[in-house]
Formats: sequence, structure tokens, C-alpha cells
Amino acid sequence: MSVDKATVAKIASLARIRVTDAEVEAMVPELNQILDWVEQLGEVDVTGVEPMTAVIPNTLRLRDDVVDADPLTGGGVRDKVLANAPAPEHGFFGVPKVIE
Amino acid sequence: MTELTELTVAAIRKGVAGGDFTAVEVAEAFNANVAAASQLNAFIVATPEKAIEAAQAVDAKRAKGEELGKMGGVPIGMKDLFATNGVQTTAASHMLEGFVPQYESTVSQKLWDAGAGMLGKLNLDQFAMGSSNETSYFGNVISPWRRKDGGNADLAPGGSSGGSSSAVSARLCPAATGTDTGGSIRQPAAFTGITGIKPTYGRCSRWGVVAFASSLDQAGPMARDVTDCAIMLEAMAGFDPKDSTSLDMPVPAWEAALNPDMKGKKVGIPREYRMDGMDPEILKSWDDGIAWLKDAGAEVVDISLPHTKFALPAYYIIAPAEASSNLARYDGVRYGLRDLPEGAGLQDMYAATRADGFGPEVKRRIMIGTYVLSAGFYDAYYNQAQKVRALIARDFEQAWSQCDVILAPTCPSAAFALGDKTSDPLSMYLNDVFAVPASLAGLPAMSVPAGLNSEGLPLGLQIIGKAFDEQGVLNAGLAIEQRAGFTAKPEKWW
Repeated sequence: MSVDKATVAKIASLARIRVTDAEVEAMVPELNQILDWVEQLGEVDVTGVEPMTAVIPNTLRLRDDVVDADPLTGGGVRDKVLANAPAPEHGFFGVPKVIE
Repeated sequence: MTELTELTVAAIRKGVAGGDFTAVEVAEAFNANVAAASQLNAFIVATPEKAIEAAQAVDAKRAKGEELGKMGGVPIGMKDLFATNGVQTTAASHMLEGFVPQYESTVSQKLWDAGAGMLGKLNLDQFAMGSSNETSYFGNVISPWRRKDGGNADLAPGGSSGGSSSAVSARLCPAATGTDTGGSIRQPAAFTGITGIKPTYGRCSRWGVVAFASSLDQAGPMARDVTDCAIMLEAMAGFDPKDSTSLDMPVPAWEAALNPDMKGKKVGIPREYRMDGMDPEILKSWDDGIAWLKDAGAEVVDISLPHTKFALPAYYIIAPAEASSNLARYDGVRYGLRDLPEGAGLQDMYAATRADGFGPEVKRRIMIGTYVLSAGFYDAYYNQAQKVRALIARDFEQAWSQCDVILAPTCPSAAFALGDKTSDPLSMYLNDVFAVPASLAGLPAMSVPAGLNSEGLPLGLQIIGKAFDEQGVLNAGLAIEQRAGFTAKPEKWW
């Protein structure tokens, strides 16, 4: 499988990365070179093999169902959460208008 | 007086505890080396005041007769992928330039709790994506090593932990943190003649580490020798409920149990790692390693890891796929860069922010990841890669019926010159061919210096162990270290 300019532009749009025509042009051969190379995985016989889901067997834990069970990941830290926001407003994240 | 910056972690800790010198003296000596090495560009931000502050705390504890901790009085470099409270954390990206975390990563907090101090935040490949430290927004890191041909070409310190490797080998810090997704601790360690270990996936908490590929990312120490790695790994590892993949297991006393006697141990030599056209000097260092481990009492056995050649292509589907998902968080809303063109809506803001904030290699990987996860391609690429990954893990599982550890080269070459591989992303990726299989299988793996090649550049040997058997890896590493007698260091030119 190989990608063309239209596909690369579509991928960029899905990835929410603005690209110029010249950038798309340059990315087509680069991505194709990499995709051609990963294509060799098709040679591997994977009959009956389950895709890996956990590299080291582990069970997902549940934390105690209490508020602020761990203060580091709990709530009540609005100022800290907003400290690095590019445009905080009135204690919220500011974004451009989304409703006409 | 002892040259303090030549001391290992173990020697610094002992000297501080014994009163031969103070922790503040040590911090001052390393601060001075950091300040004088701006040409290497190993640090994005130096924090001499943090190093001094931590050292004063250790000296005060000593005065009161208190325990100084596993890393008591040892100043270290912190890869700028670990969130540090109040100190800019960038992942070497424009996207996070100026980002000041309001919390501390678990691993860095553990190190400070163990008595270490921070010399600064170390440069790296942008979002840890790269093998030469040429993708940082803050400029290339230069290796302190040079070829002995007198050409003075700037060499790559490896990547992504290139600031860490450059700084440790240049004596700017006795040890540094690294992270390894597909070789990012081991390859830079090999390129710069130092030692680094990636523990079993889940040993070190990922909480507060800027995410690249979450099923692969694992932190580990980089230092000058095996003992120092054992000491520092003990301080970094441990269960963390804040990381859902953290291993709920006690941290073994790796340092105390170090033992270079390999009697009764079997060392596997994977025949698939002997590739066509391999550098004869790499092959020779591998043969040296085999001889050293035999000398240490080990039995050497040939093993097969049949899916080795598929590890790298599988990695370059899985890692970008995870990266495309992880890096979706950089949207210009909650933290980091925002680029809001005049009159733009939300979608335009996302696209403009991400176009400005990410470098070319990061964009390339996000694009590949987006493609392989997109409708219609998911099964052919991502699912197939995860099946191949299962087979690679099974290869190792089967090998453990024949051997206790595996010995292989860390990299297919010595350090290359900066700029050598930047025009061809694929040739850059191929540098991680020997490192990636252990990452995909989540296994502990370490690089130790084996010697210098004919150009005067260091070569590394890699030891891969069973899951949870960091001890076996460290012990084999120590056996090699004692026999390799590697004492070379870069001649100071910076």
C-alpha cells in the first residue's frame, strides 16, 4: 500500500496538523519509504496468534472509590491545573468561539 | 585533593557519608563543569541552586547523624522528559517551551527523597523521538567523544537520552536519568562509553514522564559503571498506584546482591543478531564479550530468536501509533503552545498549534501512527504488528529454556557524525535494530562499555535478561565490566 498527496493531506487533517502543499509533497516519498519497509510484516505467519495487549502480565487495579484517594491525582487543584493554560478565563480553559 | 567530578556515585556517597568532603563541595564541582560545557549543549536548563540546596540538606542531615539515603549527596542530571515541580519541562519541544509543571514525577521525587540533587534538565530528542539527539528544538547535543583521525567532526551522543549520555561521559554529572522506548538508554550509553539499564517494563513509574509510546516507555539510570546503575535503579524503581502498569512488587536489593561470578549461568548468543555486512569491529567486541563471560564461569549457548528481523518494522508501527494517540493532548487549550491565527476557529487553532509546536520527526511519527490506526488499515498494520510483537516475546520466552541471559551488541555501529543520517529517516531507525526486540518484549536490558574501536570510539555490549531479573543482567554486566577494563574517557576539548 502506498500513499499519494491526497492521502497525506487527509492524514494530516485527521492528525490536526496544518501542512503546506510543499510539505505534503515532501512527506509522500518519506512516508512511502517507511510504509514499504513495514510492509514486510505481512510475510509473518500469525495464524492463531493473539495480538499482544500487555507486555508484562498485570492486572488493572481499582483505587478506593473515595474523593481525593490520592491528593496528587485528586481534585481541588484548579489553579494548578490552569497554571500552564495559554488562555485561562474565569477559572476555565479559554477557547475560540465554537458556536456561531 | 580528589578530583570530585571523577568520582562514581558509590564513591561520592561514601565520601560524603564518611566526611571526606561535603555534598556541597561535590555539587559545586559538578555545577562548575556544567557551566563550562555549554558547547556540548547537554542541558536545556541548568539548576545549580537546586543542586546546592539538596546538598545542603544532605550535609545538615549528616551533621545531625541521620541516614543520608541511597543517593545521599549525589548530584544528577534529569532528562527533560520528567516533570519537575517549578522547573521548566519541555521534552525538548517548542510545544512545551515554558511549561512549568505543578507536580513532580514519581521517579524524580524518589531520587530527591533518596538524597540526590538536580544539576539541571538534560537535552534529548524531541518527545524522545530520535537516535542521535538531532531532533531537539533546543539544538543538537554534541558527544564529548571525537574520532582520533583529527577531523574533529561533531559526533552524535545517541538518542533519545543524548543529553544524559553526553553529560555523564563528559563528567558533567556522575549519573543521569534516561528513558528507553526502543533503545533510548542503551544506544546513547554505547555511543559514549557509559553504562545504562532499562529495567523490566513497569519497574519505574511512568507518572509524570512525558508520554511517547506508553506500552514501551520505561525509565532507567545512566552512569559510569554497573554498581552505580544498580544503586540508582534501586532509588528510581518501586510500585506506584498512580501508574496503572506499575509492577506491584518489592524492589530487590540489587546493589547488595551484585555478583560477577557466572558459574552455572548460561549465556545465549542469538544467531539472528549476526547480520550480513556487520561491522567486523562490532563482531570482534561481541566475541570479546563471549570470552569474558566464559572466563567468568558462564556456559555459552547458541540460541535462536527467529522473529528478530521483524522487530524494528513492528516497532515503527506500534510506537508511532501510540505516539499519535498520546500526543493528541497537545491541542493549545490546556497547556503548552497555542497558535491562534486571526479569526481562526477551534479546529484551525489545533492544526496551527500542532504545525508550529512539533518538529519534523514528531510530525512524521504522528502521521504514520494516524495512518496505521485509520479505518481500513488498522488490521493490516497495527493488529499485525501486535501479533508479531507477541511472537517476538514468545521467541524470548522459548530462549529462556536454554539460557539465563542473552549477550549481543548494543548497536550495529559506533557513534556516527551529526548530520550523517538526518536526510534518511529509515537509516536512522535501523540503528536501533538490536535494542528494539527487548523493548517490545518488556525485558530488562543493559549496555556496558566493551572497548574502543580503531577510530577511538566506544562500543557497547548489551545484556538482555528475563522479566524481573535485573539482577542477572547487572551481574553479567559486572562480569564484563571487570574484564573489559574500560577506563577510556573523552579528551576535553569543550
